[in-house]
Amino acid sequence: MADRVHNEPAAVRWALIATALLFVGLLLFVPLAAVFTEALSKGLSAYVSALTEPDALSAIRLTLLTAGIAVPLNLLFGLAAAWAIAKFEFTGKQILITLIDLPFAVSPVISGLIYVLLFGLQGWLGPWLAAHDIKLLFAVPGLVLATIFVTVPFVARELIPLMQEQGTEEEEAAMVLGASGFQTFRRVTLPNIKWGLLYGVILCNARAMGEFGAVSVVSGHIRGLTNTLPLHVEILYNEYDFAAAFAVASLLALLALLTLVLKSVVEWKALQQRESATRTAGEGPLP
Amino acid sequence: MIVRPRSILPGFGLAMGFTLLYLSLIVLIPLSCIFLKSATLTWSQFWNTVTAPRVLASYRLTFGASLISASINALFGLLVAWVLVRYRFPGRRLVDAVVDLPFALPTAVAGIALTAVYSAHGWIGQYLEPLGIKVAFTPFGVVVALTFIGLPFVVRTVQPVLEDVEAELEEAAASLGATWWQTVTRVILPTLWPALLTGFSLAFARAVGEYGSVIFIAGNRPMVSEITPLLIMTKLEQYDYAGATAIAVVMLVASFVLLLLINLLQYWSRKSYGLDDTAELLDG
Repeated sequence: MADRVHNEPAAVRWALIATALLFVGLLLFVPLAAVFTEALSKGLSAYVSALTEPDALSAIRLTLLTAGIAVPLNLLFGLAAAWAIAKFEFTGKQILITLIDLPFAVSPVISGLIYVLLFGLQGWLGPWLAAHDIKLLFAVPGLVLATIFVTVPFVARELIPLMQEQGTEEEEAAMVLGASGFQTFRRVTLPNIKWGLLYGVILCNARAMGEFGAVSVVSGHIRGLTNTLPLHVEILYNEYDFAAAFAVASLLALLALLTLVLKSVVEWKALQQRESATRTAGEGPLP
Repeated sequence: MIVRPRSILPGFGLAMGFTLLYLSLIVLIPLSCIFLKSATLTWSQFWNTVTAPRVLASYRLTFGASLISASINALFGLLVAWVLVRYRFPGRRLVDAVVDLPFALPTAVAGIALTAVYSAHGWIGQYLEPLGIKVAFTPFGVVVALTFIGLPFVVRTVQPVLEDVEAELEEAAASLGATWWQTVTRVILPTLWPALLTGFSLAFARAVGEYGSVIFIAGNRPMVSEITPLLIMTKLEQYDYAGATAIAVVMLVASFVLLLLINLLQYWSRKSYGLDDTAELLDG
């Protein structure tokens, strides 16, 4: 960068930097700081008790459970989809990729609505489920399903371009040398994609734990039973218990900060891996 | 799907089978319920639902506020990307990392935080109130929330393209006697257009469907500050499933048209400028 010629006046440069910092400050930093200040506005003991009361604890447990089911399933899906799409040729590939992206294009509220239409009492499977005493909607399975829906694309869309770029030569060499399919995957493919995989998992987890609109539709807001952390924040806020709402929100904000740190680390590691791969291949630096 | 089984690699059947099964069960079949359900309405019922005055007002707010916030993001997102790529200043890496905050922060948290900051007694709202500017609980608040949500889409689409602008190009322009402003507007900005447009549409598409961050700051007054996703929610709470579905169909069709447009834009960007990183930006 140092070799670039800046021929704009220094005053212009500093004015641009100042405007950008002001914008990012007002839009991003100030609200983030507000979460923590509001959370501690009634003192540390109120903060701790807001996080340790039974409803908050059950919301934490439910959030961990939901993400704990949704993330591994979408990881498995991402691996399968990327393997099929990146390592094989078939017609309709572009359509499949678009279909995988579909949940990103759908409003969270609609993502919840579809499960209400499917499992609700007026829904297609509703009467049958009710007759067999199976409760999916306004219960934990509905929350998990809605969370899976909104986070389907995360891992897949990280892995597909990465694995397409890497091609099939290394895997084919391993197969020719007598490795089994699983050995090839574990020893050749997985090390090559580990940082991309981790990146997708981090983003998937952040969304799974933070999803609001979709789970709001399917949860039924039963306190202590079907409330995830974001829904608990909403309930406390609507009850004008602001300090407690922000206390729980600060937990989610910490999760977001952790996500940003991990994301930066993984991006840096992935860049290093790519650079060393290019070096060993005897080519120049990345364009 | 016709497979050309030339590869010696195993697992295509298993991977493809699982992918299609999973996608059908989780995404495609549930999503098709929307269209099946709306088919139970007669055309005039459907039309009356989706063109009721309160619904029309919500479209105007949702699409209008999304358009404004995506435009703000296009302008300031370009500025932020420019500053991050071109200049070195203290805290640059921190700002670069925090740009992704809207992707990582749960929308409900963003919603209550923005409301607290921009309400009449909030850190920023208290300075705007004497100027007669009310942000929280007005349509303006909706714009603020949607701007928050959309910023990273523009920055992360424009940034890699800006990094790839050839220094030689600028040097050539400068040596041919172009001023800084001419170089920026005639040489650099034209190469950024496709990326900027893609970022704009991604931010717009995300804003149209956004729910969590908006409902806290909007005030949700019918005809004034009620967004379309909230209207779907309201109808659901009144057990008007058919009505909710009809509005959802309108939103889905709008989203699909946008998705198609974005795909075309990305195809165009990739073809013209070898831009490859925009795909991951739908995240969040």
